[in-house]
Amino acid sequence: MSVRHALLAFLSEGPKYGLQLRQEFEESTGEVWPLNVGQVYTTLQRLERDELIESDERGEEAGPQKVFRITKAGRKELDTWLSTPSDMTEPPRDELVIKVLSALRVPGVSVHDVIQVHRRYLVELMQQWTRLKEDEADFDLTFSLVVDAELFRLDSVVRWLDAADGRLKRAALEAPSAKPGPLIRRRLVARR
Amino acid sequence: MSYLELRRVSKSYGAGLTEVRALSGVNLAVERGSLVAVMGPSGSGKSTLLTIAGSLDEPTSGEVVIDGGALSSMSRNEKARLRRRTVGYVFQDFNLLAGLTAAENVSLPLELDGISAKKAYLAAIAALEELGLADRATHYPDELSGGERQRVAIARAIVGERSLLLADEPSGALDSTNAEAVMRMILIACHRGVAAMVVTHDAQLASWADRVVFIRDGRIVDQTAPPPSPESLIADLPAPSPRQ
Repeated sequence: MSVRHALLAFLSEGPKYGLQLRQEFEESTGEVWPLNVGQVYTTLQRLERDELIESDERGEEAGPQKVFRITKAGRKELDTWLSTPSDMTEPPRDELVIKVLSALRVPGVSVHDVIQVHRRYLVELMQQWTRLKEDEADFDLTFSLVVDAELFRLDSVVRWLDAADGRLKRAALEAPSAKPGPLIRRRLVARR
Repeated sequence: MSYLELRRVSKSYGAGLTEVRALSGVNLAVERGSLVAVMGPSGSGKSTLLTIAGSLDEPTSGEVVIDGGALSSMSRNEKARLRRRTVGYVFQDFNLLAGLTAAENVSLPLELDGISAKKAYLAAIAALEELGLADRATHYPDELSGGERQRVAIARAIVGERSLLLADEPSGALDSTNAEAVMRMILIACHRGVAAMVVTHDAQLASWADRVVFIRDGRIVDQTAPPPSPESLIADLPAPSPRQ
């Protein structure tokens, strides 16, 4: 997550104090990602060093009472960040994927059991997140967006587990030559 | 005591070599005021489980108990009355009658049960109001959005004093906002004391439940633990009010 760009976004609304920025950051993420105060001020110092923001009193330590404003270069940096898709070309080295692939090789281990343990864990996590949005009286737009993002992320993992479970079941019914073929490996390599 | 109980329920179709076992020794209980989700892939037996729980189909062996009454000891008429008065069903494709307005669709089960048309209509309006659909009462199903149609179907399922709500993929064709609205409606019913069971393959839908039961090849293989405090996820947030 880019604290740097989030801070630039808040400053694009107008000049702000350091303390104010920290509060706004926490509020905007529905307090899901608490940020320590040091992290905010270190980031502000770096932004100032890179001339993406400026303050009234140059050279002084970034502190709660110092007012910051975004520079032209900062605004340009922010626009570029917003309109550039984050790099998702490389599949992340997902531990769960590796775990399921490993389980396939370990004698005496039921891959289905491995999948189910993780599926239950993920659904339990999703129940907790869903419970947070149950009370509509507490409806808060930013918070709802953050909760949705988390639910969709967890959901996509459950879906992968479901698909893996189904695929393994079919593979077990068919011929026992269910090893990944060389063609698939070549394709993965070629995309890097 | 549980409101709905399935005891060692099995269901087979066909016989001999062509026998297909849809359910094997399923034990499941749903309390009043709680929502249980049964989660499993297509063909896992979850829809069969729902139809047997609602007495739309009979188990090959085992027993279904609703509000203390064993279905096997009931006559056909008693079961029909139970279905009319106690059980509400919600299906993926809504099953609303096209020639009736929203309010008429909702009041129909009460009228079939011998309640006067006027009383039934008033109860229907009350159910629609509870689900925020009062202004749609005189609309026909084709004048409603998918989300509204499903909410009318939920109103029909909870109208009167129905105390068991059974839903099969109730948000199947709906987008996530409407799916969420549908689950909120089901929870509102639970808060009033209705026992609800939803079968689904969708984890987001299942995550609204108090308990998620996992079914695979006709057997219950696992279930979620009672939820811990949400504070364990986000320390700074105030804890949401507990259900019921």
